[in-house]
Amino acid sequence: MKFLGLSKKDTTFLLIVITLTLLTPIILQPFPENSTLAQFNAGYPDLMQRFAIFGIFAIGFNILFGLTGYLSFGHAAFLGVGSYSVVWMYKLLGFNVLPGLLLAIVVSALFALFIGFISLRRSGIYFSILTLAFAQMSYNLAYSVLTPLTNGETGLQVYGNDPQVLMGENAPDSPHFFGLVMNESARLDLGGWQFTFNNGYYFTAIIAIIVFYVSLRIFRSPFGLMLRAIKTNQTRLNYTGLNSRPYTLAAFVISGMYAGLAGGLMAAMDPLAGAERMQWTASGEVVLMVILGGAGTLMGPILGAGFIKYFENIFSKINDQVLQGWFGFLPDGIENFLIGVSHFFVGKSWHLTLGLLFMLVVIFLPGGLVEGGQRIAKALRKKRSGDDDDGTEAQPSAAE
Amino acid sequence: MGILEVKNVGKRFGGLQALSDVNLSVKENTVHAIIGPNGAGKSTLLNCFVGKLIPDTGSVSFNGQSVLGLKPHEINQMGISRVFQTPEIFSDLSVLENVMIPCFAKRDGAFRLHPFETVSHETDLIEQAEQMLIDVNMIENRHMHAASLSRGDKRRLEMAMCLAQEPKLLLLDEPTAGMARADTNNTIDLLKEIKDKRDITMAIIEHDMHVVFSLAERITVLAQGTPLVEDTPENIKGHPKVKEAYLGEAA
Amino acid sequence: MDAIILQILNGLDKGSAYALIALGLTLIFGTLGVVNFAHGALFMIGAFVAVSVQRLLGFSFEQIDPDKTDFLGNPLKVKMTYVESWFGPEVGGAIVDWSVPVAVIVAIPVMLLVGFVMERGLIKHFYKRPHADQILVTFGLAIVLQELIKYFFGANPIQTPAPSAFKGSFDFGVLIGFDPNAIIYPYWRLVYFAFAAVVLGGVFAFLRFTTFGMVVRAGMADRETVGLLGINIDKRFTLMFGLAAAVAGIAGVMYTPILSPNYHMGMDFLVLSFVVVVVGGMGSLPGAVAAGFLLGILQSFASMNEIKSILPGIDQVIMYLVAILILLTRPRGLLGRAGVMEE
Repeated sequence: MKFLGLSKKDTTFLLIVITLTLLTPIILQPFPENSTLAQFNAGYPDLMQRFAIFGIFAIGFNILFGLTGYLSFGHAAFLGVGSYSVVWMYKLLGFNVLPGLLLAIVVSALFALFIGFISLRRSGIYFSILTLAFAQMSYNLAYSVLTPLTNGETGLQVYGNDPQVLMGENAPDSPHFFGLVMNESARLDLGGWQFTFNNGYYFTAIIAIIVFYVSLRIFRSPFGLMLRAIKTNQTRLNYTGLNSRPYTLAAFVISGMYAGLAGGLMAAMDPLAGAERMQWTASGEVVLMVILGGAGTLMGPILGAGFIKYFENIFSKINDQVLQGWFGFLPDGIENFLIGVSHFFVGKSWHLTLGLLFMLVVIFLPGGLVEGGQRIAKALRKKRSGDDDDGTEAQPSAAE
Repeated sequence: MGILEVKNVGKRFGGLQALSDVNLSVKENTVHAIIGPNGAGKSTLLNCFVGKLIPDTGSVSFNGQSVLGLKPHEINQMGISRVFQTPEIFSDLSVLENVMIPCFAKRDGAFRLHPFETVSHETDLIEQAEQMLIDVNMIENRHMHAASLSRGDKRRLEMAMCLAQEPKLLLLDEPTAGMARADTNNTIDLLKEIKDKRDITMAIIEHDMHVVFSLAERITVLAQGTPLVEDTPENIKGHPKVKEAYLGEAA
Repeated sequence: MDAIILQILNGLDKGSAYALIALGLTLIFGTLGVVNFAHGALFMIGAFVAVSVQRLLGFSFEQIDPDKTDFLGNPLKVKMTYVESWFGPEVGGAIVDWSVPVAVIVAIPVMLLVGFVMERGLIKHFYKRPHADQILVTFGLAIVLQELIKYFFGANPIQTPAPSAFKGSFDFGVLIGFDPNAIIYPYWRLVYFAFAAVVLGGVFAFLRFTTFGMVVRAGMADRETVGLLGINIDKRFTLMFGLAAAVAGIAGVMYTPILSPNYHMGMDFLVLSFVVVVVGGMGSLPGAVAAGFLLGILQSFASMNEIKSILPGIDQVIMYLVAILILLTRPRGLLGRAGVMEE
């Protein structure tokens, strides 16, 4: 079965991703509502939306960093630009998200074209610092002189006296897509389980599937091949008659558009935009997601984004009470010790766990979770086939 | 009029005159070797041909067109390919992908945005690339990771990549540097075979006299940044000036 | 004129901090070839060594003062620090008052140790890895250090006052012949500048006149050759890293009276220090120092109202703007060699 120009393997892969994405509200809610494990459920609209949005951000970043190896520390700037665009469209036109999202993509593309055109004149760490400088400049300006555009520290939001010229009489008073209100959900109670099917999640999820498909096509295209070639040997590429600059610029702009779209979707879920979205820590976060999942792989960025957002949510929720619940069966001394140690890693200290994880991945598993999975799968296969020699195995050349 | 014409080329690095008054003409469909002792300026000269360096004086023209000031990829698109001292290949890609990239470069030019085509659907180019690999006896390695090839195979892969573009001029920068004698002989055979099969001009920079005398039809001897003599291998062998400048030192 | 001098003076303390951090970054990069994103964290750790010393010196107990009574006639309990009880109120009080300079003495061995542990435990394994990996792993480390500090010291800035002798400001203008009150300058900033000058001079002298320094400089110029000479550079590199950590650390200690330490100060300074390194020229020590002061002063000029009214927001972006301009027009930086890290 071939589908949308994909190979059989990729079609299966895409179908699995689609199925998982659409069933997320069920899959992430494996524990009954009143069980002690319910705190590990993640099927909340807010969290699921973040999965999809950061998934989009990371998929886009991977097209630049994963394929070409150019490490940008400034992609948060596009995220912020996307959010501001959407909120401005709310203010001027109305709460339909479509014009805003389109504007977000266009504006971030232009912005990325500008920043990329300049930054890509250098490579390596110089490129990283140039992108960082641009993003920090945007951030600082958004807080200061650009206040008329960004509303400074308060953040941009919709006020009652905004024009909203396209706002119909009965139009919803919150972000919607032709009447489909983002923060509305359908609930399904099934035994002890409660499932929430949120409009906003499905809207972002469908966009995420589309952009995932686009990235799949890019990975398999000659363009993607050139980008991978840039990462492995730019000298050879130039001496093969190919001009690397427009290729990297195209990758930069595409990834900037993904980031702008993700930023726009943030504002589509919650009609606010603030400068903190442009801070370089936000750029660092997406780098982290891609590395953790596996840079240059198709699934990696999604896994990384999901992993980080899930554990951020779970770990931040764990407090003393929860810990006591876990370790309560142990003798007091050990219990207190374990709770004390756990303190370092949970609750507000979640970032510490994240930093540690990040180091561990870079040190021991440079290929990220995807590589980890492959290693495990390989080990299992070897075990099953006994002492079958591994020389027959084809080298996976492209990212699986 | 040769395919590659070098006139009065000079290049200075700080206080060092690396090249001065270099005149050279490489005739079409010949193998032209440029030899000379270490520091004679061979690599500097080669870098002036491919756009890595721009000479301070003089001109370099290919097929009647000046290459000065052009970028490496532009010069390559004119029909000059280059083999490096240490093979430059795409080590993270498969062998077949390595050869497909020059095929794309040949068909699509220096840049083409084709994000929605699919590499595996390009049957013509795949066939072309596979033919190239057959020519260098590497077809059975086509799915291998290029990084895991032996050094000799990397060299052959690099040749295949260069030839896939069907260049008019192939520049070889010490193609056998650091090779064992057996590998060197294989490379000589490979180059001879390439030469026999197609219309191609080769310019070789080489240290190894064995390689030079097995392949070259013309030889230019470079010493201290300036050409000493240019002649056929037979004449070069007995040339007193050359002996003094080069062979004497080597012996 | 007085306004210009004031801005130069105002730029000096920030510039000193940039120069000290950038110096360490450059030493590490130049000798070890490692891009250390955790260097700002070392500056921060130094600052929190000052906080810890202040707290340790402040440990006190209650005792009854026989000479005094409270308003009810009961004996008065007064707090007394252990330091004062050991050394007497005169000396002890002075030690408590001078906690920041005392912290410098404590910080040197602490930071050397931190540097050694970091280099042996982590950085060493990344010499041969791509720069991107080095950036990422040290970035991860920076997050960890920052969060640890946040865990133990909280998220709010902590005040660490300068010794009372150096509190307040003085009229610098009068000293150089201006009208009174034209140039009012805080004492401690001048101290910081003098301190930075001494440290910078010390490091340069160390590199210039010791065998160790010679090897390090040779290593920066051509690492492989030095390796071939059979000199054990590994051990020296560890020391080098410790030294760079110590410089960043004491720079952090002394900066605490100017900026109350908070857990994210390391990151804030790191980003700017990288800009400094790039402007000065990757791998050039004099470049790092010159660019540090230059950018510090430039930043203080950009925040003058006269300038801001012409170019609104310029104070927010000046450093980045300079970095972008330098990178595009002169990628080697002000004093750097060509081709460093250009791949």
